[in-house]
Amino acid sequence: MEQLKTIGRELAMGSQGGFGQSKEFLDLVKSIGEARSKAEEDRIVLSEIDILKRKLLEPDIPKRKMKEYIIRLVYIEMLGHDASFGYIHAVKMTHDDNLLLKRTGYLAVTLFLNEDHDLIILIVNTIQKDLRSDNYLVVCAALNAICRLINEETIPAVLPQVVDLLNHHKEAVRKKAIMALHRFHRKSPSSVSHLISNFRKRLCDNDPGVMGATLCPLFDLITEDVASYKDLVSSFVSILKQVTERRLPKSYDYHQMPAPFIQIKLLKIMALLGSGDKSASEIMYMVLGDLFRKCDSSTNIGNAILYECIRSISCIIPSPKLLEAAADAISKFLKSDSHNLKYMGIDGLGRLIKISPDIAEQHQLAVIDCLEDPDDTLKRKTFELLYKMTKSSNVEVIVDRMIDYMISINDNHYKTEIASRCVELAEQFAPSNQWFIQIMNKVFEHAGDLVNIKVAHNLMRLIAEGFGEDDDDADSKLRLSAVESYLQIMSEPKLPSLFLQVISWVLGEYGTADGKYSASYISGKLCDVADAYSSDETVKGYAVSALMKIYAFEIASGRKVDVLPECQSLIEELLASHSTDLQQRAYELQALLALDARAVESILPLDASCEDIEVDKDLSFLNGYIQQAIESGAQPYISERERSGMLETTDYHSQDHHEVPSHALRFEAYERPKPSSLRTQASTELVPVPEPSYYSEAHQPISTSSVSERESSEIKLRLDGVKQKWGRPSYQSSTSASSTPPQAANGTSSHPDVGVGSSSLKPRSSYESKKPEIDPEKQRLAASLFGGSSSSRSDRKSSSGGHKPAKGTASKPPKENPIPVQPPPDLLDFGEPTATSVTATDPFKELEGLMDSSSQDGGSTDVMGVLYSDAAPVTTTTSVDSLLSELSDSSKGNPGTYQSQTSKGPNSQEALEKDALVRQMGVNPTSQNPTLFKDLLG
Amino acid sequence: SDISILSLQIRFILLQNRQGKTRLAKYYVPLEESEKHKVEYEVHRLVVNRDSKFTNFVEFRTHKVIYRRYAGLFFSLCVDITDNELAYLECIHLFVEILDHFFSNVCELDLVFNFHKVYLILDEFILAGELQETSKRAIIERMSELEKLE
Repeated sequence: MEQLKTIGRELAMGSQGGFGQSKEFLDLVKSIGEARSKAEEDRIVLSEIDILKRKLLEPDIPKRKMKEYIIRLVYIEMLGHDASFGYIHAVKMTHDDNLLLKRTGYLAVTLFLNEDHDLIILIVNTIQKDLRSDNYLVVCAALNAICRLINEETIPAVLPQVVDLLNHHKEAVRKKAIMALHRFHRKSPSSVSHLISNFRKRLCDNDPGVMGATLCPLFDLITEDVASYKDLVSSFVSILKQVTERRLPKSYDYHQMPAPFIQIKLLKIMALLGSGDKSASEIMYMVLGDLFRKCDSSTNIGNAILYECIRSISCIIPSPKLLEAAADAISKFLKSDSHNLKYMGIDGLGRLIKISPDIAEQHQLAVIDCLEDPDDTLKRKTFELLYKMTKSSNVEVIVDRMIDYMISINDNHYKTEIASRCVELAEQFAPSNQWFIQIMNKVFEHAGDLVNIKVAHNLMRLIAEGFGEDDDDADSKLRLSAVESYLQIMSEPKLPSLFLQVISWVLGEYGTADGKYSASYISGKLCDVADAYSSDETVKGYAVSALMKIYAFEIASGRKVDVLPECQSLIEELLASHSTDLQQRAYELQALLALDARAVESILPLDASCEDIEVDKDLSFLNGYIQQAIESGAQPYISERERSGMLETTDYHSQDHHEVPSHALRFEAYERPKPSSLRTQASTELVPVPEPSYYSEAHQPISTSSVSERESSEIKLRLDGVKQKWGRPSYQSSTSASSTPPQAANGTSSHPDVGVGSSSLKPRSSYESKKPEIDPEKQRLAASLFGGSSSSRSDRKSSSGGHKPAKGTASKPPKENPIPVQPPPDLLDFGEPTATSVTATDPFKELEGLMDSSSQDGGSTDVMGVLYSDAAPVTTTTSVDSLLSELSDSSKGNPGTYQSQTSKGPNSQEALEKDALVRQMGVNPTSQNPTLFKDLLG
Repeated sequence: SDISILSLQIRFILLQNRQGKTRLAKYYVPLEESEKHKVEYEVHRLVVNRDSKFTNFVEFRTHKVIYRRYAGLFFSLCVDITDNELAYLECIHLFVEILDHFFSNVCELDLVFNFHKVYLILDEFILAGELQETSKRAIIERMSELEKLE
């Protein structure tokens, strides 16, 4: 009986099964769906791969079967397994004459292959043929494939045909041809640069879908070259106006909004065109104002358009009225319960704040709510806003908050970003150096591995140079506080390497300077560092150099140096280190300990890290010594230039030399056959002294050639971007920097002229209670962030003096690589007039003509009415229509939640059948996925 | 892992269920296979446990994922960090409306068994990472023409 049932079921479903696939395939999908673990799933897929491999080898596979195999290959690949063994069959299927098979073939290859796959070459021919097909569905399939598979080299093979298709009678083809051309433009701008006038033409295509698609390439083109498209400003404005006046067919409506996605694209384009252009902006005022009035702020899509309006207004030169409307929209967003809208509101504030700096103030409590929200996305957006509104009066609160957040997160990408923002704000607005050092310590402690090494060097420089004014007392206080804070932090486990480098350097320079800490105490601490981080050579190098300074200062001041036993053993360990750098440092330290006070003092003078070292390139101080040597019979030095003439002959000799031992047995491995390197080897052998290109290091008393330090000196030289941050304008000249690297005496490089100023500590505005029901803590925060809504104006004015002037003056459109328009390559004889045609046939003249005539007729500019008449042929059945209206009905109402359809609608019968069918096949909602049958739009 | 080629372009679309099984994955930027798996794994982890009250936007590497949950399925779009999030959120909804229309009351199972058709619908909606057609009717018409061939 059971068996009979099963047989009956299978008979009922036939070999085609339920969803147009075979039972086999449905079983596969079902078993995958029910797999309890990844391992089980993998087992199923692997056996499926075996089956397919076998089946694909069978001769004379029926086409219908083959189609299913290809779909099964797609499925395997979607599950993350390799189906490349079957790619070739998908490629072959694109050659088939049957459209269904061809389409499946194209679908599979677009999913399988990237544009640079070897098999593409086998498809290009088919694509070419299909582009010429009479069946527009074939052409569409080929165009879809083009958008994925054609790369720079294959563009010329299909370009002429794609261009022809721009005038195809089917709108679906024109649309896809536009998208394909757009993609060519992105892949290789030069290949289509002579064709961009086509995009302008298609903008007034009589199909709104084609017009909408044309906005994509136009957006790109305008981003690259705004000036060339200024003539289109009024056209775009007019299109937008007509869209908002519902002149497009109703089928473009979405949740009662007329063609919202087209509106949004137009707004993006207008933002580009109106940026910094008063007259262009003025043309837009009216339609933007209308949009603010018309947009339904109760739907998501209405708010999406409102938000895009806010973005546009922040880009163009806005009118006060529009700014007001934008501010209103923002405050509605912020007052909403929806997190999405709050997010948009915060983002909008960040955009408008550069135009009207006071705008955030009225929303201070909403901003603080967002800052404290558990949703990280919202929180980060709010931090972005705070970053934009930082000034010297609120820098402490904001940076403190940022650091707390930085410590709390694990996401390294964002941690890095927020750390660098903390550093930037601290450098720009620090109220005091003490505070700055504290902030830096926190950043280093918690994100030291993530910040740029430049930050560490800036900090060392600040501590070394102090205030830049001749206030030695304040400088030494600053250093002492740094030393104290470091001695405290040092005991924490697992500090980042960069931070330890800073700590070691500062302790070496200033650890004993104040006399508060003894040399043995500091040197003990340094040994601890080298010991605790024994695998970090850079830190060890810093620690040893610091030790050397401590001892040098002791010796120079005439005190007796007691090297601690642990220091002694450290030195001994490093003398035998595998790192030549550490070895060098250890030997130098050992040598220094044996020198007398006078010598030591000139090697490592106290607090001289900022002094310049004059590098005597000619080594003139050796002249006397050389003279003496020559007089006693030494050979004079011959410079490389003079020597080069002799090379030819010496080369000869060197080869002889090499050949002598070759008669004997050779035990060492043969050298690699590198003729060029052999030559240089031979030549260097005879050149006794190469030009000392490394003189700067060689000349230094102490080698500081660890990689990081060398990097640092390189970075040091480029001080761009740092110069205004601290006090008075700093010395900044890359040319002089590159000619004489300012190596400083004690191991770190520094700039002689970089002054360090201090902005005085601005009094924080005090908390004033405004609304008693609000958490006073929150209000205090608001007051310190925004200066309190009722705090005196003068206070704000004084603080706004510290406002960063350079920030956000120019509104930047989304970043995009500006692609230079190059002259078209002479690969294709296209016979089409190039760029000149842009002006020759301006489609908008025609459009305007059309508008004029219609306005004369009916007194209204009903272009869209003419172009996109609603009487377009509707081939869908009435049930589709009714569902459409039902859907849009159901989806109006509150944003975010879409009311469920209580009835199954006209298709409930189908739904029930579907449900029954799959249950019959044994697909039941399992505990793993009980929602398998749930309507997505339920 | 270079998914930051151009702005204003959708980088990829993912349909995943709560268990993280991929129901559909379409990439508009070239990625290595291994990279795709990593992306799918990470996106699922990002969206699956988010509070339903939270924003439908999550930062993902240097981009942003806009996601929306329908029954047991997550629809995720990866877009530029500065693009209009709400608009893409509605994009997802429009796509689901189209699916709902095509499959008449779509459920996850429809997509499971007909994933190849979902790809075809998607190709009419988004092409080369850009919105190609936003009229539901135009897309449904195109699909029914193709269906006639079956």
